[in-house]
Amino acid sequence: MELIFERSREGRGCAILPGLDVPAAELPEALRRGRKLHLPQIAEVDISRHYTALMKRTHGVNDGFYPLGSCTMKYNPKINDEMAGLPGFSKIHPLQPAHTVQGCLKALCMAEELLCEITGMDGMTFQPAAGAHGEFTGLMLIQAYHESRGDRKRTKIIVPDAAHGTNPASASMVGYEVVSIPSNSEGCVDLEKLRAAVGEDTAGLMLTNPNTVGIFDKNILEITRIIHDAGGLNYYDGANLNAVMGMVRPGDMGFDVIHLNLHKTFSTPHGGGGPGSGPVGCKELLKPFLPVFHQVREGDSCQFDTPAQSIGSVKAFYGNFLVVLRALTYVLTLGAEGIPEASANAVLNANYLMHELAGLYEMAYDGPCMHEFVMSLSKLKKENGVSAMDIAKSLLDHGIHPPTMYFPLIVEEALMVEPTETESKETLDQAAAVFRSIYETALSDPQSLHEAPVRTPIRRPDELGAARNPKLRYQFTE
Amino acid sequence: MGSYVPSTRQERAQMLQKIGADSIDALFANVPAGMKLKALHIPQGKSELEVSELVSSLAAENRVFPVIFRGAGAYNHYIPSIVKSVTSKEEFVTAYTPYQAEISQGILQSIFEYQTMICELTGMDVSNASVYDGASAAAEAVAMCRDRRRGRVLVSAAAHPMVIRTIQTYCHAAHVEVEIVPMKDGVTDKDALVSMLDAKAACFYLQQPNYLGQFEDADALGELVHSAGAKYVMGVNPIACAMVKTPAESGADIAVGEGQPLGMPLSFGGPYLGFMACTSAMMRKLPGRIVGETTDSEGNRAFVLTLQAREQHIRREKASSNVCSNQALCALTASAYMTAMGAQGMQQVAELCYSKAHYAAAELGKISGFELAYTGPFFHEFVTGCPGDPQALLSRLEGEGILGGYPVEGGILWCVTEMNTKAQIDRLVSVIQEVRATWN
Amino acid sequence: MNTPKELLYSKSHEWVAFSGDTAKVGLTDFAQNALGGLVFVNLPEVGDEVEKGKACADVESVKAVSDVYCPVSGEVTAINEDLLDQPELINQSPYEAWLFEVGSISDKEELLDAAAYEAFCAEEE
Repeated sequence: MELIFERSREGRGCAILPGLDVPAAELPEALRRGRKLHLPQIAEVDISRHYTALMKRTHGVNDGFYPLGSCTMKYNPKINDEMAGLPGFSKIHPLQPAHTVQGCLKALCMAEELLCEITGMDGMTFQPAAGAHGEFTGLMLIQAYHESRGDRKRTKIIVPDAAHGTNPASASMVGYEVVSIPSNSEGCVDLEKLRAAVGEDTAGLMLTNPNTVGIFDKNILEITRIIHDAGGLNYYDGANLNAVMGMVRPGDMGFDVIHLNLHKTFSTPHGGGGPGSGPVGCKELLKPFLPVFHQVREGDSCQFDTPAQSIGSVKAFYGNFLVVLRALTYVLTLGAEGIPEASANAVLNANYLMHELAGLYEMAYDGPCMHEFVMSLSKLKKENGVSAMDIAKSLLDHGIHPPTMYFPLIVEEALMVEPTETESKETLDQAAAVFRSIYETALSDPQSLHEAPVRTPIRRPDELGAARNPKLRYQFTE
Repeated sequence: MGSYVPSTRQERAQMLQKIGADSIDALFANVPAGMKLKALHIPQGKSELEVSELVSSLAAENRVFPVIFRGAGAYNHYIPSIVKSVTSKEEFVTAYTPYQAEISQGILQSIFEYQTMICELTGMDVSNASVYDGASAAAEAVAMCRDRRRGRVLVSAAAHPMVIRTIQTYCHAAHVEVEIVPMKDGVTDKDALVSMLDAKAACFYLQQPNYLGQFEDADALGELVHSAGAKYVMGVNPIACAMVKTPAESGADIAVGEGQPLGMPLSFGGPYLGFMACTSAMMRKLPGRIVGETTDSEGNRAFVLTLQAREQHIRREKASSNVCSNQALCALTASAYMTAMGAQGMQQVAELCYSKAHYAAAELGKISGFELAYTGPFFHEFVTGCPGDPQALLSRLEGEGILGGYPVEGGILWCVTEMNTKAQIDRLVSVIQEVRATWN
Repeated sequence: MNTPKELLYSKSHEWVAFSGDTAKVGLTDFAQNALGGLVFVNLPEVGDEVEKGKACADVESVKAVSDVYCPVSGEVTAINEDLLDQPELINQSPYEAWLFEVGSISDKEELLDAAAYEAFCAEEE
């Protein structure tokens, strides 16, 4: 398809702005841009068609089933977007006086109160813009806590080998040494290995529960106790909260600090990779360290407060406010009965789809799953040469977004399936039928799967060539 | 009903029966009994109509100012209708990170186009797919420069205070103290910079134009930085880039900035857009997603996420950054904005901002005590004195429906954009004259 | 699998060519085959102290990054800069595409000869 630059024609454009109504001022010559600026010259009709063409080459949640494990691709309710688009929010300057932004501040206070109740936390910052950003912030709280007690020997963060890649990367950014502990045969934390790993140098543990193989670690209280007894703190990666929200709270599992992915659990759209929002909640003991601009109620009004020993700021202003507003709208809609109903159905849907596939596909772990499950294609790969990637690519031809591939790293040829609660039984039945027919093809005609997809806008791309000879921008001829 | 769950009670029973479970509760058997939540203490769910009324009432508690003369990191610009139409397309809104290239060409191509435009705007060689905002982009850029030989981080005191604070927070995490290069006459003090640069200096961060609106002598500062062997990071305003010397022309190794002026509404501070671009030499250190052009198995043009081995999901604890998501929809907004404006339109916005700001500064300067605080060249923000209580002045302006400038040390920081008509500026000046008269 | 007789091998799949008191280090044919198409190498810097058994470089394929462990202790005296632009040389001719050279060698790992290394690889498969 043509790039927008290739649609450009000298002399075309849109009439957007009026002329000057004050005397023209001249920028000093020495400051003037010398380099020519190449941007498309294009009429509005062609802009509209270009982006419509790009839209048609994009698969969103509204296009069909999107069981991308660990990403919680649930339906994004439209009321959320409409609320975020109200001029009373979108046209508010972040540095307006507090008395002119009471609606925004109240929204933040309400979101904090509701999400703290759902997670069992005592305070929350909305400044982090994404899950990984939240991890970084949460770990800084842990660091600040230990430092405030003059406890400087805690240099290690314990991370199970099944964790999301952001966990160890975030720990490294905060200067911690990462101690990776292997999972047991059930995909859960190996208590003996954990006990052996903790000590005076343990700053904390990062864990997601249910874990990345979709199992709720039944030893969770023992796990968090081991860390607490060693003087460390427990960090909850909220990526998988959709399995348990309203059922059980990370705060009651022994976690001290948590990030949420509002773009996963709380239905805000992913936007093709962002903007997300990764608020960080914490127990009372970490509240003094929260980032600046912590919203607080004072009588009938709200304002920002700077916590006494704040870690500082992880971005400008107060976070991705309009994303928080969408999540608030969602939580208000679901309420006390809707929140657990969502997680109950997320778990039911995952178990149902797993059950429908279990006869053919090999599940990585036995027993019921939570909101997602992991299949291993290693046997099929060995016997028929069909990989997890081949299955995934074939799903594309059937209009289904593939599950997460090759994660977690502890399962060979992994496909991680997360249907979410917003899919109907017939969607799951249809998907199961597609999975089954692909499996039959894998046995009868493996070659056709190596060639999949064939009905998509492009075939499989040459990623090796892309990485060896990076072409990262369009080159203009003049 | 209220949880967007389509399945009926009967369907759930069928599903449970097939699984062979008695109840949904049975699926939660691993959760220790004592831990299970008895009740969630939040209000009951609401209908869409009720929620709409409730959240709209919050919006109504905010004051939308029809006239804005405040910037300080968030800028009021016109957003063309076509931009809103493009970015509200559901496919773009609801898709995730384009892991599956075959069905994500739309997003991947839009990011490739965005990267190209950011390179054009800044003059740099390589752009990433965006990060959270301008402040976190600055902090990530600083991290790109530090290594075991050079660890000192120098930041201009004239940068945005929130950007400085963010760089400090990121650096504190890495056990690095940020050293602030002081300001003199509203710009970075060159002599102080020279005295602070040495063989351990990793980089110097400069904001152009700076927080006070002043243009820095960016070329000369860059030469000083490079002669000490350090890297030069510039934080720039993307609108100014259309008329002002690009960071590349001033010698920057990395250019970052807040992309909000490129079509994003003020939104009480977010979501915004952090853009990041660098020289080819630093490409492998650039954090975040990057899209590259390649071909598919039939030779057709194709776009993919590339250079992924830099990233956290592969390097894990060895990754230099944990950035995972970007601000793709905001990057799309920025490219749709730049497309709608074109080079001419971008230059026009910049010129309108520049001329109107200079008109406003000249008119305000005629009021005693409201002269410019600094004499150097400026773009669309400037500081004037304020010979009375700034809060009293700003309250009076508020009463007139005007969000006035932002109080800073030594006066008020004003911002004027293409949104401000001559009539608005004249009105501002006359209200201030009235207030000024009461101060005599 | 190609395993030249004149070289020595580590169990982490590096080859070593000693010459006087220096040694060149590269990746074996077995390693490059397992890694697949390489897209980038991160090499140490000349003058870096390296320690046997410790990672001192890494190689990137499209979706993986693998550490290269130094089989000897000493100081890096040269790096193969050609690889920075053409990492595919490692795939094309692994025994010509040395990664770095170490001098002032003070210690070395227990290394395998070609036959022992081939047997070791056969076991790993």
